[in-house]
Amino acid sequence: MCLAIPGKVLEISESNGLRTGRVNFGGTVSQACLDYVPGVQVGDYVIVHVGFAISKVDREEAERTYRALESMGLLEGEMPPSAAETPGESS
Amino acid sequence: MKYIDEYRDGRIARGLAAEIHQLVTHPCVLMEICGGQTHTIMRYGLDELLPKEVELVHGPGCPVCVTPLETIDKAIALAALPEVTLVSYGDMLRVPGSCSDLFRAKASGGDVRVVYSPLEGLKIARSNPGRKVVFLAIGFETTAPANAMAVWQAQREGLPNFFMLASHVLVPPAIRLLLRSPVNRVQAFIAPGHVCTVMGYRQYEELVSEFHVPIVVGGFEPVDLLEAILMLVRQLEHGEAKLENQYVRSVTRLGNIPAQDMVERVFEIADQKWRGIGRIPLSGLRLRAEFAAHDADKIFDMKEVHTEEPAECISALVLQGLKKPTDCSAFGSRCTPENPLGAPMVSAEGACAAYYTYRRHKVLA
Repeated sequence: MCLAIPGKVLEISESNGLRTGRVNFGGTVSQACLDYVPGVQVGDYVIVHVGFAISKVDREEAERTYRALESMGLLEGEMPPSAAETPGESS
Repeated sequence: MKYIDEYRDGRIARGLAAEIHQLVTHPCVLMEICGGQTHTIMRYGLDELLPKEVELVHGPGCPVCVTPLETIDKAIALAALPEVTLVSYGDMLRVPGSCSDLFRAKASGGDVRVVYSPLEGLKIARSNPGRKVVFLAIGFETTAPANAMAVWQAQREGLPNFFMLASHVLVPPAIRLLLRSPVNRVQAFIAPGHVCTVMGYRQYEELVSEFHVPIVVGGFEPVDLLEAILMLVRQLEHGEAKLENQYVRSVTRLGNIPAQDMVERVFEIADQKWRGIGRIPLSGLRLRAEFAAHDADKIFDMKEVHTEEPAECISALVLQGLKKPTDCSAFGSRCTPENPLGAPMVSAEGACAAYYTYRRHKVLA
């Protein structure tokens, strides 16, 4: 549950009063709340846990961690649903 | 070492393991707190790379595993109410309650939905104003800011149909309890990297000085963990007790201040029951009184539920690092991830599930 995955911020907008980013997690694009990382800009890499960015990381680090998690098969269940899915309907 | 060979940093990992072999002269017992770290250790066979003097025991850092039975039973009872949509993280569905689980509650017609983020729970509440949406919010310090924001948002938006059934636990009080136990064997700890990303490592300084115990904040990759183990072994061999940060790329002394502020605004520290361990003073978070309108414990009249754990399950001892999952007579036979007796066999972070996934062929052979 405390696993957090890195992704690249593609776009920043506001959603229901929260600073929200479209974040690319190794090909899957999903939304993440950026309120806890106020300095983050488009192009930055963030570590995301249950839909919230909790820290900023450098690009190389993000890619390395992502590959490691993928090789361990730990991404399943921790991956956000892709933007195409209806939120809340995944089971 | 099949798994290590697959990993591209295998050489670094072996180098670190060799350094540990050279350094160690005395037996020592180390505990990794976080269940995510337990899985890395088992998946890559890191424990098998270590000298026999270094024993790793697995800590209580699996939020699914320590969520009290009462909370699971309450969630199952709420899911049975026709007006309620019960929302939670996927791992919670198969966690055994006293006599059922959320998966079965769903199969018998309960509206139970799995979400990845608490913000999805808010969306469900927004688009279903006629439903009472109860979010079963569990987690350690890593997850608390997300759950706090969901309640904060519900209050701010005036969403009257969003409620939280909260079960939040904190790591430092659990370490303190383990260290005070007369049967404690743990001599040094790997502190959880993402909990510390949020909270910083300053909270652990006090534990180091109070108990004279080495603590290293560690990451989640094999190389991270071997390096953290090396740092702890070095301290023990030199008779030192320091706080060190191996996971520098993510963890700072102060942590994520905006996240801590939101948690502080929404939650207050309270005594908390841990499944398998019992009540630990000031080890949890509960919603502050100003958020009572969103507090499922206050809104829904739930009678005191009678709870019962299966007698054979030794998860209490596993969670305290006193027994290994394979010491259990039910391991892999009467207790499997499909038919679990205890929560540590269910969760992706539970120690029993880690042993079952990566070791059962060896252990049960």
